Amino acid sequence: MTRFSAWNVFRNGLSGQKGWDRQWRDVEPKADYDVVIVGGGIHGLATAYYLAKKHGLKNIAVLEKGWIGGGNAGRNTTIVRSNYFRPGNREFYEHSLKLWENLSHDLNYNVMFSQRGHVSLLHSPGAVDAAARGYNTLRLTGSDAEIWGLEELKQEIPHLNYAANARFPILGAAVQRRAGTARHDAVVWGYARAADQLGVDIIQNCEVLGVRRDQGRITGLDTSRGAIGGSKIGFSVAGNTSRLWDMAGLGTLPIESHKLQAFVTEPLKPLLDHVVVFGVGGTHFYISQSDKGGMVFGGDLDWYKSYAQRGNLPIVQDVSECALSILPCLGRVRLLRHWSGVCDMSMDGSHFICKTPLDNLYLNAGWNYGGFKAGPGAGWFFADLIANDRPHEIVAEHDLKRFERGYNIDERGAGPDPKLHG
Amino acid sequence: MIRINCPYCGERDHSEFTYGGDGSVKYPALDASMEDWLQAVFQRENIRGVQTESWHHVNGCRMWLLVERDTMTHEIHSVRVAHPGLQQALEDPS
Ligand SMILES: Cc1cc2nc3c(=O)[nH]c(=O)nc-3n(C[C@H](O)[C@H](O)[C@H](O)COP(=O)(O)OP(=O)(O)OC[C@H]3O[C@@H](n4cnc5c(N)ncnc54)[C@H](O)[C@@H]3O)c2cc1C
Ligand SMILES: [Zn+2]
Repeated sequence: MTRFSAWNVFRNGLSGQKGWDRQWRDVEPKADYDVVIVGGGIHGLATAYYLAKKHGLKNIAVLEKGWIGGGNAGRNTTIVRSNYFRPGNREFYEHSLKLWENLSHDLNYNVMFSQRGHVSLLHSPGAVDAAARGYNTLRLTGSDAEIWGLEELKQEIPHLNYAANARFPILGAAVQRRAGTARHDAVVWGYARAADQLGVDIIQNCEVLGVRRDQGRITGLDTSRGAIGGSKIGFSVAGNTSRLWDMAGLGTLPIESHKLQAFVTEPLKPLLDHVVVFGVGGTHFYISQSDKGGMVFGGDLDWYKSYAQRGNLPIVQDVSECALSILPCLGRVRLLRHWSGVCDMSMDGSHFICKTPLDNLYLNAGWNYGGFKAGPGAGWFFADLIANDRPHEIVAEHDLKRFERGYNIDERGAGPDPKLHG
Repeated sequence: MIRINCPYCGERDHSEFTYGGDGSVKYPALDASMEDWLQAVFQRENIRGVQTESWHHVNGCRMWLLVERDTMTHEIHSVRVAHPGLQQALEDPS
């Protein structure tokens, strides 16, 4: 495998780009592995990578029913930040952000992580107070935060709707400078390539259709490419978690599948340097500009449970209204595409990285619509769990039994209704 | 747009309704065990296929409905009024 370097890019530029090889092998599945990860999104691929790199495991497969990154990994709005506040979440997302900061070097693959800053607009004195509290929490726990007044905000982002008669006048912003965006496909490909180099088999077009059990253990998986055995099995299938759970005969989960849409406009010249978030009185909207120039944005879920990867029209209207209320200059820009992904919404809005009722099955799920930023961290902690057969203390409370203990990890304080979390 | 045939108002866009959630969940008696309450409040089947769910016709007659809907295709198989007495009255007005 050719290493990416300035010299190799230059050399291949002179030789018609003919000197590059495949980025990962296309292998036939073996009959048995030490670890089988189901799901070839960021989380599954990152898990395999850290299992091989950090824990030295050799015989690992990632099974993906379609193509890697064809699920939510390739459908999200790519916002990366660490401003979560619940104990456990705080440390987890900070760890993940630190991994992002060195990811391109670690993987020898440019994931285009751009720390352009995450700017949450504030519209009421109450919101300013809450932001101050968040600021203190972040600063006291080794992260970064800023509060911008109106003057500073106007300098940084001059074309927001600052009209005094706006329905929700802007008072300032809570900012995390180290937050930003990344190129979603590149992250998937980067992890796949790096894992493959360490000997991980990445097996695409391989759908898990059944789970074979002997009492409290999984003995193998029936897939569209034959039976595959694994000493340890990890599920990392985002919106399809309940289906795999059902195949394993494990009953119910504190998870519902809901769909979230994302939108992109025609490309524009550079307009917006940051990620901007607008959330007030029932609206929820986030927007950034991709490197190609398209305005990438999204809002709330489609509001009803669904496994269909297609979005509905009322949300198109909602997000368009939000876009125009904070960035009226977008009024005549055309929408290019919108699409949706199936999200594993949990009962308290937080994730599960945990052991399961079966001895050799491990679960990584419940990412709601915030699991892109979590990808490196989830891979890191899930690999740690699988290799050591015990959760790291940072994810120790993120198990399936926390509701039984009365321990909800509810960032939004929205209660046990999956569609209300984010 | 999903269209829901409200027994009182006729067929309307789903944007007139709010989504309740899994309509098959039955709350246990107040003094039921913790395990029963855990199941009702936190645990879900999360069916891919036809499930019963509750919808509130909030911008219409304001009635709660029970809808059988396919979570993969969004096809609706049946709509009835959630309150059993009212549903019975609709079916048998005598
Ligand atoms: C529209 C949208 C916007 C989002 N925006 C953001 C954001 O801005 N920031 C953020 O942090 N997060 C965001 N998210 C959330 C984030 O994308 C997800 O939480 C994250 O990608 C989930 O992890 P993953 O990449 O491993 O999932 P996926 O990419 O969905 O991977 C799971 C894989 O499992 C495979 N699979 C399923 N069933 C089987 C089976 N039976 N056999 C084999 N393989 C199977 C699927 O094909 C899929 O490829 C967004 C999500 C959506 C849908
Ligand atoms: Zn009605």
